[in-house]
Amino acid sequence: MKIIISNSSEDPIYEQIIKQIKNQIINDELEEEEPLPSIRKLARELGISVITTKRAYEELEKEGFIDTVGGKGSFVAGQNKEFLKEKKMKVVEDKLTEAVAEARMLDIGYKELKEMLSILYEEEE
Amino acid sequence: MDNILEIDLLRKEYKNFTLNDVSFQLPYGYIMGLIGPNGAGKTTIIKLIMNLIRKNDGSIRVFGKDNLEDEIDVKSRIGFVYDTPPFYEHLTLAQNKSIVSQFYREWDEELFKNYTNDFELDLRSKFKILSRGMKMKFQLAMALSHNADLIILDEPTSGLDPVFRRELLNIFSGLMQNEKKSILFSTHITSDLERIADFVTFIKNGEVVFSDEKDSILESWGVIKGGNELLEEDHGRLFRGIRKHEYGFEALTSDAREVARRFKSNVTIEKPTLEDIMFFMTSNNGGSDV
Repeated sequence: MKIIISNSSEDPIYEQIIKQIKNQIINDELEEEEPLPSIRKLARELGISVITTKRAYEELEKEGFIDTVGGKGSFVAGQNKEFLKEKKMKVVEDKLTEAVAEARMLDIGYKELKEMLSILYEEEE
Repeated sequence: MDNILEIDLLRKEYKNFTLNDVSFQLPYGYIMGLIGPNGAGKTTIIKLIMNLIRKNDGSIRVFGKDNLEDEIDVKSRIGFVYDTPPFYEHLTLAQNKSIVSQFYREWDEELFKNYTNDFELDLRSKFKILSRGMKMKFQLAMALSHNADLIILDEPTSGLDPVFRRELLNIFSGLMQNEKKSILFSTHITSDLERIADFVTFIKNGEVVFSDEKDSILESWGVIKGGNELLEEDHGRLFRGIRKHEYGFEALTSDAREVARRFKSNVTIEKPTLEDIMFFMTSNNGGSDV
């Protein structure tokens, strides 16, 4: 597991943790059933408060990414393929939503946006 | 949550200063920072917990017990670090340790040795020749070596260099691996708290301004900046500690979301630091409405 906390980020620290763990689960860097560090260990390693790591784990649990078993700790939840695919789509969808909002603000029309997207997509390949 | 420390309507009257019905709680397993300007009452609270001065009213419960009725039991489970170390200046560290350690039922010599090694303390040195940082380290080694569950420190980082301050915070995090222990420390160096504190209690003029989770404080409060025309209307308590200059103003708000909703792009809102909050709340008009 890898977590980098940025003090200059706009995102609160607990959100930075959530995002990074989520991404690692979605990209299979963290595998099903893999144990996660305890909230106290993670707080110590990152030099942040226990409440912050606790909140991050609670949200991840709520969203179904991890399971916490009393006395045993937290684990990457067993994910069904459908669910993961949906999560992956959601990541892209969120970014696109942002791009659409930005385009609207700058008066860039749907057609132009679509062209931009297809150029970018082709380029990447 | 189960509380390791519960302070309820605590009152102490002096001629020129009153600690006015202070209440707050600290749960087991967390770190709380006590902040506030000099003379706000932080040290008075800590002295009252340790029963070094007499309260006028209110109650203090530590580990669920009254701090006066069960004083000996309560104190033996508190590790206390004073602003001025209570050791014999002309004796060596080893001699000081022998004297003080007798008072603790659960003195752990092994643990003490580990700490003195880690802190590179020479037990043969006389206390008086130590630097301020080394004195603090010795006090800390003493406070941490009798299996205390609540560690209380009065301005432990003042006068220490940044390297040692970081080291100290790391020691605190280490202690927090045990979910039955808690730490309460007063400080005016708020950057120390910015990361590791779970709770922050802000004291001003003998009163609690707020006592809350640090994360939720930093999320809901904001520093706002805008043009002076916004000040023509009265916004009540939404703007606090307004500092006006010729070309605009700065203020603090405890409800950044509401400010954003009401003023949209007419103001910029920045994430506050604890220092910002302390600064604006302490300036002339900042706290008058609290």
